[in-house]
Amino acid sequence: MTPFTIVHGPAVPLLIDNLDTDAIIRIDRLAAFGRQEIGPFALETLRQDPRSVLNRPEFAAAPILLGGRNFGCGSSREGAVWALAGYGFRSVVAESFGDIFFNNCFQNGVLPIRLERAKLERLAALADGGDAVTVDLVAQRLTFPDGSSEPIVVDAMKRAALLDGLDDVTRTLRKQDAIAEWQAGDRGRRPWVWEGLGGGGRTGGG
Amino acid sequence: MSSTPRTLLDKIWADHVIEELGDGWALLHIDRQLLHDMSGSRGLQELAARGLKAACPELTFATPDHTVSTAPGRRGIDAPLWSVLREGTAAQGIRLFDLGESGQGIVHVMGPELGFVLPGTTVICGDSHTCTNGALGAMAFGVGASELMHALATQTLMQRKPKAMRIRFTGRLAERVTAKDLILHAIGRLGTAAGTGYAVEYAGEPIEAMTVEQRMTLCNLSIEMGAKIGMVAPDEKVYAYLRGRRFAPTGDTWDRAVDYWRSLPGDANAVFHRDETLAVDALVPQISWGTSPEQECGIDGHVPAPEETADLARREAWQQARDYMGLAAGARLLGQKVDRVFIGSCTNSRMTDLRDAASLLAGGRRVAPHVQAWVVPGSEDVKREAEAEGLDAIFEAAGFHWREPGCSMCVAANGETAGPAERVVSTSNRNFVGRQGPGARTHLASPFTAVASALAGEIADPREL
Repeated sequence: MTPFTIVHGPAVPLLIDNLDTDAIIRIDRLAAFGRQEIGPFALETLRQDPRSVLNRPEFAAAPILLGGRNFGCGSSREGAVWALAGYGFRSVVAESFGDIFFNNCFQNGVLPIRLERAKLERLAALADGGDAVTVDLVAQRLTFPDGSSEPIVVDAMKRAALLDGLDDVTRTLRKQDAIAEWQAGDRGRRPWVWEGLGGGGRTGGG
Repeated sequence: MSSTPRTLLDKIWADHVIEELGDGWALLHIDRQLLHDMSGSRGLQELAARGLKAACPELTFATPDHTVSTAPGRRGIDAPLWSVLREGTAAQGIRLFDLGESGQGIVHVMGPELGFVLPGTTVICGDSHTCTNGALGAMAFGVGASELMHALATQTLMQRKPKAMRIRFTGRLAERVTAKDLILHAIGRLGTAAGTGYAVEYAGEPIEAMTVEQRMTLCNLSIEMGAKIGMVAPDEKVYAYLRGRRFAPTGDTWDRAVDYWRSLPGDANAVFHRDETLAVDALVPQISWGTSPEQECGIDGHVPAPEETADLARREAWQQARDYMGLAAGARLLGQKVDRVFIGSCTNSRMTDLRDAASLLAGGRRVAPHVQAWVVPGSEDVKREAEAEGLDAIFEAAGFHWREPGCSMCVAANGETAGPAERVVSTSNRNFVGRQGPGARTHLASPFTAVASALAGEIADPREL
């Protein structure tokens, strides 16, 4: 995973409420293309409209996307984040997010930032001309084009993982002994979870 | 000795913590995992790409549902992710319920049906409607492909405990008003972001009165109000539903399990971070008019006009939704011409749904000639049971198409789509722009309303049949 420290550049003001993950990436694209191939299809339905802010030249290489309320609601498809990342976005700033999308972002080196509506609208107005916005995860600060800034609140564990480009799986695999011990105890506490599943599979841990 | 009263969520959570990670985070044990041919295939690819093996393959079941055709007699179809799922599960020793086999079906239908999902378990799937399984008193939630791979590799997930929200319903549902209508109404009242950050527990007499399958319909739409998790406390109905199912516990283990399950419902004075109460006595069948599940109203209602809200952002959203749906401000829903009707999806494809739908087809009633109407059973087992009861014959005699189990027109990942500007009354869960095909116009409703509309050829009130 690419580490996330500081991202600086234009921010696309796409303040649409309830923008669902179906709209971020179409299911048929996900079915037909691999993870590394879907970037060009991000938000394609919106981009079909020539007046879409996404089509303005000043945002062609924008690394930041501004969203409205409940951004990324709907389907759990991680492809939505793969598509946004593939398209070039490193951070999404929105009023609020769908829970699953929010979590998927962290798994892919994309930083989701919640910002209250009035501040978001001010940021959108300032970013509208293509002037750069700065997302600084090290200093935990979001700087608007006029130099004003807002603190970013990022969960400490997620922040550390993003800064290091660290992966959850690697960390958890180091806890295999604790997991195996817990599972051994659980077989006694809740045997119904483990018995009767057939197939003769062996349980993990060692 | 007194201890702090706990909610159902508190109890399930506490019983799965392997390690507290601080700041509300925990390493949680995952008891049950379900894989399907979109995210499941991707998760298996990610696992293989990293050279990892599934830690507990016996705790995972897989089935193809999203990208496979539901055409009668389907064979030799072009669904690459189906092959990935078959190869990946074989490589990892994960049990696959394949096309045509008992057990195959929409993951959220087949999991409970097989007795794989149990009260008090943690259940994940790379699918946002995993919340459906909360109807059994499980803590079930959708994840992305990375978390899925994490859970495959370690049988755990790092999660932050959600806040607890209770939605209590009062009153009794009128005839032909269903769990689907109740939850659409709740989403309309509370909004699509009300549950964000919460696990929702549904309570009250109408919920207790529901069958377990109706509770699945209810919990299924939790994600449409923003909640990853929706639950109903387990009760005797749940135990009766599970007893004797293929992978449910038996003998002494069953008795021990039930004893444990009876300890799960929340304590009397448990505190919720948010508590809502909604009355359902006067509830009528509901239908969505727009492109978000919160844009819904009673079947006898109308499309809202701009002056009905002062909120400018909402006004604009309504305008866009009306434009997409081809509906004028103030237009009545009743009488809008319908092109297609879809009965199916993880919301409404179980036996009770199909029985509800078929019950309105007595007396030689026929689908209107211009309407294409589909019934897609949720699983192979639902299909077989429905056929044994003769429901397929009733549907076909009325002009419905009876198909093979799968997600079909709900997710439209398999080419089963409605055309541009076609109006669909659908028992599915999402009316997003383009969801059922580019330009398709989806109205969410119950199986009763879907049948009434199929017969009338226009949006119709099922209470008038």
